[in-house]
Amino acid sequence: MTQTRYSRSRSSDTEKENTGGGGGAAMRVIVPLQGVVQGRGGLVLGSIIPCALFYFLQFYLKRHRNDLDDQNNSNSPGLNSTTGSASSGKLAELPALTRNLSRGLPSPRSPRGPVSVSGRVSRIVKGADSPYYVGLRRVKEDPYDELSNPNGIIQLGLAENKLSLDLVKHWLAENAEQVILRNWKELSISRIATYQPFDGLMEFKVAVAGFMSQVTAKAVSFDPSQVVLTAGSTPAIEILSFCLADVGNAFLVPTPCYPGYDRDVKWRTGVEIIHVPCRSADDFNLSIAALDRAFNQAKKRGLKVRGIIISNPSNPVGNLLSRDTLYSLLDFAREKNIHIVSNEILAGSTHGNEEFVSIAEIMDLDDVDRKRVHLVYGLSKDLSLPGFRVGVIYSHNEEVLAAAKKLTRFSTISSPTQCLLISMLSDAKFVQTFITINRERLQRTYALFVAGLKKLGIKCIKSSGGFYCWADMSGLIRSYSEKGELELWDKLLNIAKVNVTPGSCCHCIEPGWFRFCFATLTEKDIPIVTDRIQKVSETCKLN
Amino acid sequence: MAIEIEKPSSVRLSKVAISKTHGEDSPYFAGWKAYDENPYDEIHNQSGVIQMGLAENQVSFDLLEKYLEEHHEVSSWGKGAPGFRENALFQDYHGLKSFRQAMANFMEQIRGGKAKFDPDRIVLTAGATAANELLTFILADPGDALLVPTPYYPGFDRDLRWRTGVKIVPIHCNSSNNFQITPEALEAAYQSAESMDLKVRGILITNPSNPLGSTIQSSVLNDILDFAVHKNIHLVSDEIYSGSTFSPSEFVSIAEILRNRNYKDAERVHIVYSLSKDLGLPGFRVGTIYSYNDDVVTTARRMSSFTLISSQTQHLLACMLSNHEFTQNYIKTNRERLNKRYDMIIQGLKKAGIECLKGNAGLFCWMNLSPLLNEPTRQGELELWNIILNQVKLNISPGSSCHCSEPGWFRVCFANMSEQTLRVALQRIHKFMEQRKVCSVNQ
Repeated sequence: MTQTRYSRSRSSDTEKENTGGGGGAAMRVIVPLQGVVQGRGGLVLGSIIPCALFYFLQFYLKRHRNDLDDQNNSNSPGLNSTTGSASSGKLAELPALTRNLSRGLPSPRSPRGPVSVSGRVSRIVKGADSPYYVGLRRVKEDPYDELSNPNGIIQLGLAENKLSLDLVKHWLAENAEQVILRNWKELSISRIATYQPFDGLMEFKVAVAGFMSQVTAKAVSFDPSQVVLTAGSTPAIEILSFCLADVGNAFLVPTPCYPGYDRDVKWRTGVEIIHVPCRSADDFNLSIAALDRAFNQAKKRGLKVRGIIISNPSNPVGNLLSRDTLYSLLDFAREKNIHIVSNEILAGSTHGNEEFVSIAEIMDLDDVDRKRVHLVYGLSKDLSLPGFRVGVIYSHNEEVLAAAKKLTRFSTISSPTQCLLISMLSDAKFVQTFITINRERLQRTYALFVAGLKKLGIKCIKSSGGFYCWADMSGLIRSYSEKGELELWDKLLNIAKVNVTPGSCCHCIEPGWFRFCFATLTEKDIPIVTDRIQKVSETCKLN
Repeated sequence: MAIEIEKPSSVRLSKVAISKTHGEDSPYFAGWKAYDENPYDEIHNQSGVIQMGLAENQVSFDLLEKYLEEHHEVSSWGKGAPGFRENALFQDYHGLKSFRQAMANFMEQIRGGKAKFDPDRIVLTAGATAANELLTFILADPGDALLVPTPYYPGFDRDLRWRTGVKIVPIHCNSSNNFQITPEALEAAYQSAESMDLKVRGILITNPSNPLGSTIQSSVLNDILDFAVHKNIHLVSDEIYSGSTFSPSEFVSIAEILRNRNYKDAERVHIVYSLSKDLGLPGFRVGTIYSYNDDVVTTARRMSSFTLISSQTQHLLACMLSNHEFTQNYIKTNRERLNKRYDMIIQGLKKAGIECLKGNAGLFCWMNLSPLLNEPTRQGELELWNIILNQVKLNISPGSSCHCSEPGWFRVCFANMSEQTLRVALQRIHKFMEQRKVCSVNQ
């Protein structure tokens, strides 16, 4: 049977083989059956079986609906109410249906049924089994340690940069105590501890704006009054989704993309994501033509597109958007009258020779419509401080800023952390040294890792930024499908004991691509990783 | 479509972005603006507006300062910053185990050991505001309703409704029985929701109450829990002021009620807590959800990704709250000082001829100015509020912003200022009342 996840060219070929036109779907059932049952018997069975299935499906649905409506359904303890709605997980993508199903669960009038929770709970239960989360859990249970657990699972699935953490630690060891004591004394705890502006202390906004400027090599001067600070980039993305789109609207997101967008953009907002696939033939670069097609298809389906979300440098591929592409993107957004959200959280982690151009640089020019462009940033990647929760929304749209500021009430950065980082980020010399050394280390580790994979016959897309290698392992999968890809992922996790992210988690349309985060590795670790992968790749090649 | 053609260059925002549900245009927040423009200062601006609308606890800062001075290694990971690396990378939504343990212990201490808390049921959020919103997202769908007793904290209009799309249906309470929640009022609210075709998903109570400044009696808590069981809905108990009761024996937590019932029906109960009030650390953004329901705990944990507490802060507070000597002393001293402040303001108001609801907790008192109203309406109340703000130069919160069904009640905060400032405020009130007496005599 054809898988929907094949690239489009494949499925249309199969169709051409089977039929000349509209009977394609029916043919896919009848033809194989004809082969099995030999001749006309297959034709008959191929017609009857789908009809029978359809009949039984209607019967089942009718019965099941009666069960849900039945007030006296009391045979489900707490857990079952969740599994019951977990089956609605797929349907939960349409907000209206979720609502109906949750109404179908035991109502308050039933004294014996479990107390029901919202449809959002069921989405969580379904999502928990995705490879992304399964992998993270397994590493937590059995983490690799050079000395104490050399057979543990090596984490290559989480975008942490451990390469330059020592630099930050050094700064803290030298400065933190004075900084904090001074904060407590001068500012006095009553100044730090009391209610502050929820979108961040002005001094911290100034320090962050300055840092962003240094990261873009002073190409842009960021205005602190256009900065809104949030507890991490995760709420920054969600807040923008709430501000720019209504329930049922959609954002165009080029794929492969960051797996977390499914949560950040869609979960609580009721907003949809329309994936715009990029192809290996283009090195997974963004195509305006593809965006246009996706926009038009959405329109036909009655879905209103409110904006595009891009990552630059991109996750997982590591591409940088060229100046020309950024201009074309802006033209496209203007033509369709939609927003652009540019997630530049890896801007300081470029390691190639290409020049990084922030969309903010384009915004600085007069003849561009600034109100539709919004930048997301944060300190989790570039400064290796994900625990401190520092995210940024940067925009010239006053209405967006006003709304976002109010929403930071739910995601404010802790004030002692703000105070500590004000001092760190204001130390321009430290920042400059950090950015430079960090880039060198990323470049070196990236080069070593890519070379290591190359020796195994695994090629990566050339990346200019970020912590990832985007590797083509389609040669090692048994069937060119999501299933084949997940089988390989499982082998890598359980046999090679390496946690990597399969391309399907990033919504990649071509099976067999994997995301490896190299920034968690020391130079010593790289040969260990490649040796382990080799064991699996050898057995795959034999098959 | 037509709108887009008329204004081709203006790209639209969402309904959430332009809605007024954030409530920041209400008098509750408007008074703050007046204060910001002309803030009272003991030395530099003695005629400024005194802020009595902000429920902040500043009476015990010295205890915090002392602790931090004696233990400054907790705020900087110590010499050479040994634990720093793990801490900086720690973004696990489970939260630091040591911090959850410390929070569980702190919550137990506040309840005098009458309830036990399991650290693995604690979910951390950046403040109680986020906790309340998160629970609403989990317990209700857009268009559903939560029942909330009036008068209630004005921020709930934003926290429970804005992004969630959930509605609040009030449980009306009045002064005839000191604003206690009655089974009749609960039933009336439920029926009211049904008549509006709204599905009720839960009740949210604040205990001790804001703005009343009083604890809920255990018989009432039992009634409320029975009601929730009968209707098969959730019960959220916001106990953010539990450490600010003047006498520890007078506070009964819903956790105790559950313990007495052997935790039967517990899976519908969720407790919200925070360090913003009891510990006077609102800037740190520390809130928790404690739920007896496994699905809620799991989902809340994952949802907390949008509102995590800085790992640096978790580490600092884990150390501080694990120090039993510190916490015992703090809880005891804080209670005594709040009690003293409360007595001071009640006596001062009494001398001025103003009665308050009998309170026993919190950072504010619930003042009855209904005899002073021109007309017993919301309009009359707002007129009086305006006079008090602009002539007496005190920012207090009008009952209407708390959805109180009886006009004339005001919430007055007393813990966010020095004793001296409080005296000045009381003098102003006294003078104001004297002037009104003179005016009414002359009429």
